[in-house]
Amino acid sequence: MSELLRSYLTVAIFGVAAIAMAGAMLTIARILRPKRPTAQKLMAYESGVDPVGGDWAQSQIRYYVFAVLFVLFDVEAVFIFPWATRLELYGTFGLVEMAIFIFILVLGLFYAWRKGVLRWV
Amino acid sequence: MTSLLALPYWQETAIKLGLALAVIPATSLILVYLFLFKMMAFMQSRLGPNDTGPYGSLQLIAEAIKFLQKEDIHPAQADRRVFRMAPVVVLASTFLLYVVLPAGPDAVVQNLDTGVFYAMAVSSLSVLGILMAGWASANKYALLGGLRAAGQLIAYELPLILAVMGVVVQAETLNLQGIVEAQATGEIFGFGAIGNPFILTQFLAFLIFMIAAQAELTQTPFDMPVAETELVGGFHVEYTGFRFLLFFMAEFGTAFAFSALAAVMFLGGWWIPGFDVHDNVLNILGPGVMLAKILLIAFFIFWIRFTYPRLREDQLQKFAWKVLIPLALANIVLTGIFKVVF
Repeated sequence: MSELLRSYLTVAIFGVAAIAMAGAMLTIARILRPKRPTAQKLMAYESGVDPVGGDWAQSQIRYYVFAVLFVLFDVEAVFIFPWATRLELYGTFGLVEMAIFIFILVLGLFYAWRKGVLRWV
Repeated sequence: MTSLLALPYWQETAIKLGLALAVIPATSLILVYLFLFKMMAFMQSRLGPNDTGPYGSLQLIAEAIKFLQKEDIHPAQADRRVFRMAPVVVLASTFLLYVVLPAGPDAVVQNLDTGVFYAMAVSSLSVLGILMAGWASANKYALLGGLRAAGQLIAYELPLILAVMGVVVQAETLNLQGIVEAQATGEIFGFGAIGNPFILTQFLAFLIFMIAAQAELTQTPFDMPVAETELVGGFHVEYTGFRFLLFFMAEFGTAFAFSALAAVMFLGGWWIPGFDVHDNVLNILGPGVMLAKILLIAFFIFWIRFTYPRLREDQLQKFAWKVLIPLALANIVLTGIFKVVF
């Protein structure tokens, strides 16, 4: 197995170990804890008052707009990472390229700003 | 890559896994006891827990044992499978962060080449767990808290990543060991005795990173998602017993990991001035130095947490998008210019 794959094998092992540890502790808890469910206990908690209406409340669409904006910016950030590690090599050329890229990025942000997308009403 | 004791891969991984399983719960124990119990109490003119063990230091262990015996209540309407998985996802995200955190030249679980990038990617996994918890609880408070958390975590993820970029430009590597080495071998105007901790040259990035980290950890003043006075706990309102404790452990485990990231990227990590970067002694002294730096940074995080009032949701989003992101982008360009010109 190559060094690269092996280093990510460790990551996979740690992921599995985290789930296993949580599972083991929850199993111990399962043995120790009581289980006496009643209808009142299983009711959704709304500060002690009986829940009103459905359990999944409607929420604002604005979260969706922010999520779309986030996806855009996050993808751009992924583009900047490889550039950042090799700037010395690219020199002025790389710097100007990235300045143009970031300028367009900022332009996009200002567009969203002017359009009122960033307003949280 | 040198290995710790030149053992076969499987044995080495088993030892590291054992160590990590001991260290990670210990980190949240330390932070909770030192800061949440004692420092908060002293700041509010209280004594804090002082009955269990010397100076109340075993309080959290007693609480964990108590949590083990608590009934596990699933709300009747809840999406049972997702409800159960959510805390495990959050805990796994915390766990995976510790894979790349270095405490010495060889004292690291796995020295991944993608270091910082990997840490950022893994830490954002917790958003998934929080959304799962908020949605699956079938509770209005939980859903609101979950959505707020998602909105906040993604908004502050960007300044966090962009702030890191300044450090990456300076160190020319994503590898966390490489970043420590770059700081150790760096010079400030030809003076290299203390290296070049990036907090000096990247102070803006450090500030942005700490503010964004505060928000990522949902600590006050950015604790809208878990605001107990209006959302009675937010996404984990329906969780009881040990599943709640998993969220709690993950919160403080992540606080420790983020402090460690800040210590590695801005304060010079495990390196001690005067030593060679590859000196074997640093494998023993390094963890101590790291712990000191981590506790220093965690102290600031919790100091702010106990001092400031909560921001409003719109102020919070406005601050991220209109202040931090433009500042972080400007920092990248400035760092780039300095890097190329000098």
